[in-house]
Amino acid sequence: MDLNGSQMVVEALHKESVSVVFGYPGGAIMNVYDEIYKQNYFEHILTRHEQAAIHAADGYARASGKVGVAFVTSGPGFTNAVTGLATAYIDSVPMVVISGQVPISMIGTDAFQEIDAVGISRPCVKHNYLVKDAKDLPRILKEAFYIARSGRPGPVHVDIPKDVTAQIADFTYPDTITMKTYKPTYKGNKRQIKKVVDAIAQADRPILYIGGGAVNSGASELVREFAEFCGIPAVETLMARGVMGDSNPLLMGMVGMHGCYSANMAMSEADLMIAFGPRFDDRVTGKLSEFAKHAKVIHVDIDPSSIGKIVDIDFPIVGDLKNVLTDMLPLVKEKIDSDKYKSWRELLKRYDEIHPLGYNDNKDNIKPQWVIEEVGKILGDDAIISTDVGQHQMWTAQFYPFSRPRQFITSGGLGTMGFGFPAALGVKKAFPDKVSINISGDGSILMNIQELMTASVSKIPVINIILNNGFLGMVRQWQTFFYDKRYASTDLSAMQPDFVKLAESFGGRGFRVETKEEFVKALKEAVKSDAVCLIDVNVDRLEDVLPMVPAGGTLYNMILEHKE
Amino acid sequence: MANSIKNEEIRRVLSVIVTNEDGVLSRISGLFAGRGYNIDSLTVAPVPETDFSRLTIVTCGNARVLEQIVKQLHKLIPTYKVIESVEFVEKEMALVKISINEDFNGLDAMLKAYNGTIADSGENFIVVMVADNSKRIANFLKAIKRYNPIEIVRSGSVALDI
Repeated sequence: MDLNGSQMVVEALHKESVSVVFGYPGGAIMNVYDEIYKQNYFEHILTRHEQAAIHAADGYARASGKVGVAFVTSGPGFTNAVTGLATAYIDSVPMVVISGQVPISMIGTDAFQEIDAVGISRPCVKHNYLVKDAKDLPRILKEAFYIARSGRPGPVHVDIPKDVTAQIADFTYPDTITMKTYKPTYKGNKRQIKKVVDAIAQADRPILYIGGGAVNSGASELVREFAEFCGIPAVETLMARGVMGDSNPLLMGMVGMHGCYSANMAMSEADLMIAFGPRFDDRVTGKLSEFAKHAKVIHVDIDPSSIGKIVDIDFPIVGDLKNVLTDMLPLVKEKIDSDKYKSWRELLKRYDEIHPLGYNDNKDNIKPQWVIEEVGKILGDDAIISTDVGQHQMWTAQFYPFSRPRQFITSGGLGTMGFGFPAALGVKKAFPDKVSINISGDGSILMNIQELMTASVSKIPVINIILNNGFLGMVRQWQTFFYDKRYASTDLSAMQPDFVKLAESFGGRGFRVETKEEFVKALKEAVKSDAVCLIDVNVDRLEDVLPMVPAGGTLYNMILEHKE
Repeated sequence: MANSIKNEEIRRVLSVIVTNEDGVLSRISGLFAGRGYNIDSLTVAPVPETDFSRLTIVTCGNARVLEQIVKQLHKLIPTYKVIESVEFVEKEMALVKISINEDFNGLDAMLKAYNGTIADSGENFIVVMVADNSKRIANFLKAIKRYNPIEIVRSGSVALDI
């Protein structure tokens, strides 16, 4: 079948069962948009900024596990997309991002809206392509989707010059694909799995350290089964929140810089660390020479380069966690006796009793943590929670009662402010029946506030909850602790937008909240509303995220209380 | 965890077989630059009668860095194979341009010692070439100084496992 390049893109997306794409048109991608206009296979959501298009596709992918798709034009369209690509890459999110490029004959001439897009995206994506001939497009698009979703997932960028989008060639979309050079390892080494089970059987104080790989692998149920059968306590990274389910008594909570006391102590005192798909981020490990000092380390990961990158690993297993656990569980059931770890579990329970996660609620003002707990009480399982980046993000990770993986959508590795709102749009497109909430701050929300227009026009009723403390709160907290309260460029209170009017001017609904009663009322109204909502919650200005391990500090030395 | 053996800088010759396609060299050089790895030398040429190219990269770093370099190279989609050479033949070539006005006394013997020849000569200069391992090339270049070379060019290493 002969098609032009643009038609090929549309057909390929159809073959990949894409149902929604996000994007922003422009000169170099117009031919593709013309074909998007003509087709009925998938819906196109026009965001109001290219960065938001990528984050929306990212949110869609994180919530659904499917490949997110976005379109941008050349030059500034593409450069605006870069933050989105980098955000998705470090958090291993499967995406295909297609950008327009100036015609091949003009590449290298500094043409209007020309930029070396593949040169820029190279370190921010799993792989990228510059398409030089339409005859290569079917293979490239097939590879792009395959690479995005296989192995350790990640974004793939396809840059298509304008003349290629008009060029006619044969379109035969490959059903299957084999690449000589790219073959992820899915099966774990059996002998190594056996050794690992023996190591677990010998351990006295094992700790399960669960990372984002457990979510990507779809292994959550097996992880829970493993933990519960063995009676091994678990900690979750930011990316793994929801894997164990917060009601599970084996879950010590989140680990790391703002992890729970019991979780960080468990990591510090364990004699065996069973790492399922984390990447030993510095926000988790703290000072490396003190990290898991007494522990042997098992690391299961599909990406060999994650293993041994930061910490020496005693038992590496390269493979897909789901496969590895499927092979491991029968052996575990033969050899592991959960009674062995009883006193260890009791010790950690005592740690949790000594310093439980909490905050001092009061009547005079609203504590940000209270807001998150309250959202959890009212919506619980019915909501999918996105966040921006900062204090509100950490409080959400700490205090929302997540019950399942993919319920918490957050920019972990890159820490991208402005991620939450567009991501929540993508979440809502993936799960129209769930309540899609973006918990944000008065700093972050302004970084993609223009998406109010997208939400209104495309009828995507997302609820934004702004924990408004008039500060860039996380930076302010560091300034309080480490910079002698010199609040350089973090006080936002001098002037703020009228968020209620702002929302209304975009066709949404705004609520200003000063009391707890007002918040509950506003949230309930927002849930019922068909419009995009902004709930501007006036919270305690100087609340800190605690516990806190200072950057480069040791996990067992946490700041537990406000120091004055 | 971090002991002295782990931190010792080691020289390593890596052969990387990659798909011969646009931009593959920038992926590899970008990987080294972006992650702060050293490149002592890098050579690249197509592998005859295949779609692959072979890069020979001479790098150095401690054990953890070298392990990461190999893994990161593997992670690149166009990478087919990364060979960490332990036993191998390594050759590098050097060309040296010397003025015709120099006293060439002893040059023949030196070239012989390093398996070199006179590759070309012109009205005003001669060009000598040698092919040997990097260390010996370095020695040769020291020795050749006495002929006041006008220009020196080194090729970077190529290696083949034995």
